[in-house]
Amino acid sequence: MVHIVVCIKQVPESRDVEMDPVTGSLLREGAASVMNPFDLYGLEAAIALKEHHGGTVTVITMGPPQAEDVIREAYMMGADRGIMLSDREFAGADTLATSYTLSQGIRRLGDVDLIICGLQTTDGDTAQVGPGIAELLGLPHEAAVQTVHKVDEAGLWVQRDMGDMVMELSLKLPCLITVTRQVNQPRLLSFRRKMATKDWPVEVWNRADISADGPDYFGLDGSPTQVERMFPPEPHDQHERWEGTSRDLSERLQKWLLDEKFVEQGAAPWKSES
Amino acid sequence: MPYSKLSKGFLEALRSIVGPQHVLCGTQITEDYQRDELAEDLFCPEAVVVPESTEQVSQLLQWAFEHNVPVTTRGSGTGLCGGSVAVEGGIVLSTARMNQILEVDQQNLMAVVQPGVILMEFQKFVEDQGLFYPPDPGEKTATLGGNVSTNAGGMRAVKYGVTRDYVIGLEAVLADGTVIETGGKVVKNSSGYSLNHLLIGSEGTLAVITKLTLKLLPKPEKQISLLVPFPSLREAIETVPRILAAKVVPTAIEFLQREVLEAAEKYLGKQFPDSSAPAYLLLTFYGQNVVELESVYEKTAHVCLDAGAIDVLIANSPDRQESIWQTRGAFLEALKAMSALEEVDVVVPPSEIAAFVQFTKDLEAELEARILSFGHAGDGNLHVYILQDELPKDEWQRRAHQAMDAMYARAKQLRGQVSGEHGIGYAKRPYLRSSLGAAQMQLMRGIKDVFDPKGILNPGKVWSPSAADSVKLEESNWMH
Repeated sequence: MVHIVVCIKQVPESRDVEMDPVTGSLLREGAASVMNPFDLYGLEAAIALKEHHGGTVTVITMGPPQAEDVIREAYMMGADRGIMLSDREFAGADTLATSYTLSQGIRRLGDVDLIICGLQTTDGDTAQVGPGIAELLGLPHEAAVQTVHKVDEAGLWVQRDMGDMVMELSLKLPCLITVTRQVNQPRLLSFRRKMATKDWPVEVWNRADISADGPDYFGLDGSPTQVERMFPPEPHDQHERWEGTSRDLSERLQKWLLDEKFVEQGAAPWKSES
Repeated sequence: MPYSKLSKGFLEALRSIVGPQHVLCGTQITEDYQRDELAEDLFCPEAVVVPESTEQVSQLLQWAFEHNVPVTTRGSGTGLCGGSVAVEGGIVLSTARMNQILEVDQQNLMAVVQPGVILMEFQKFVEDQGLFYPPDPGEKTATLGGNVSTNAGGMRAVKYGVTRDYVIGLEAVLADGTVIETGGKVVKNSSGYSLNHLLIGSEGTLAVITKLTLKLLPKPEKQISLLVPFPSLREAIETVPRILAAKVVPTAIEFLQREVLEAAEKYLGKQFPDSSAPAYLLLTFYGQNVVELESVYEKTAHVCLDAGAIDVLIANSPDRQESIWQTRGAFLEALKAMSALEEVDVVVPPSEIAAFVQFTKDLEAELEARILSFGHAGDGNLHVYILQDELPKDEWQRRAHQAMDAMYARAKQLRGQVSGEHGIGYAKRPYLRSSLGAAQMQLMRGIKDVFDPKGILNPGKVWSPSAADSVKLEESNWMH
């Protein structure tokens, strides 16, 4: 029986969210929102472990009241309990303040064996919050887990994506992992569970509920990150279209690759013939 | 009168019309131009010409008419019945360079395009402008000209209808090079016989289409998909009429069976989000807002549960929808990767689809050849595949033709039609003849003769006999 906590976040559905040109913050108003796609993989991993080993899955999110939607969705996938950390003082949090707030929420939950986060969010893309929570709680952690094998006496057995290598390791419980999109295929929302869970409560905890610390650990005040400027990167959508016979095109492509120094002149068989 | 063969002088004439680099002959004509997605049978044209304007098409046809040379129009070559293959030789006229979107008319919600525009590029182009082209055939790399020529259907037909319903005007070049315009940017039209609709679905046998005026809709804001697992294929399909009777109008209703799903998972190397059931219905709803969609899908979900569904799984985000539809979109390729196939594209009344699917299951047992199907349960259009697997080719073809004969006969009993959306090409001609009967075939022949008195436009297709008969028809007992 394991108690697994999954951190989830509500994010804008589209990645083409407009940006306030003055403050540089994302204009989330009016945009449709969804559960952060990476968190779906974390939640699926947790529910699959629960189905195999028994136990419970608690989801926790920090956000405004409408973030209840993602908790309801987590119930529809198979989560047993949902906690929402919601307080005006949490607004404007950077990754440190967010990690701190979530870690305090998890502390209050008490008996936790495993914490799973998505690798990153699609609106912040820092991948810092998962490891941040683990550090604040003093737990072993691994990021970018691509396979969750099992839980046994030794702990949690996982494979980690190292880019060009895979690391296989076990972590002693309690621990935290962040997962990639390779880890599983998240299940869809069950309509039967939707009906069964529609009266389930969502617990809302504010700052006072999770901490005796003052407001300067939370939200904007607790965020050392100074955003100097935010701007959309130059889109790389310049392209040119070449037309011609295969031979012309391949010669032109070869010349271009050489000119741009992507390749060096070697022994091309059709050249050496001539 | 026998067709003329292309001499050197003829090639010069073609080159002078479209430019020398746009005429291919001899070894320049790769296998791609000799077949479509139907089968391995190859028919090599004597030349491939690639015009870029109506003017050039007109000159080409004028020339071909005068010299009695067959002309087969070809888009992307993604057809499934051999429609764009030059079974009588002559010229293949490729629309590849006539690929411009000429106009998106925001006032009239219409677009004017050339026939070589690729479907998926057009869909994206209009959607970026807040508009929507509803026909959605599975093969997204097909050309719009090809879609119109076969009256392609696709998944959204339940709610929006098929290609025909969105073609309001055409520019076409007749066999002798005369350019005509049918229909136009008008919403209503009661002006005589609809030549527009006659050309739609005529598979290049009546004229060469050079410009299309297409109707568009405002883009629906929201969509949601439901994946509904059932304990059996029969229960899944029998639920479809109940959904339609609930008057909820899904955009698409597809049925999936586990065997096909597993093939697609293997083909894509990607897991499907559910594997609990032997059969599924897959529904999509389009709407303007979430509240509207929720009430519609909840009603549908209750209908499904009452009909014995195991659960109703909701895909409410783009990621979740993609996890399902990507798999659905790979079915045909996945089956092709598994075995050689013979395909049937029948359409029956939606209320009869369960009966038809059961019939294919019975046939599978009787003929001992694997028969898999998937398709558009909501509009009665089924794609049934007879797989070769380990069978020797002769034996497989014998069983496949037996199965096809039986299926077309059964479809006719159920008041269905030979082709729902792929067309007739050369592959389905005997079945069309048998299905429509002498009187209708005679009318079609009369129409063909008026449009194409010399028979130079895509000969050997839809109904007329051709050299391909010696390849295909002798293998079938259907004619005798």
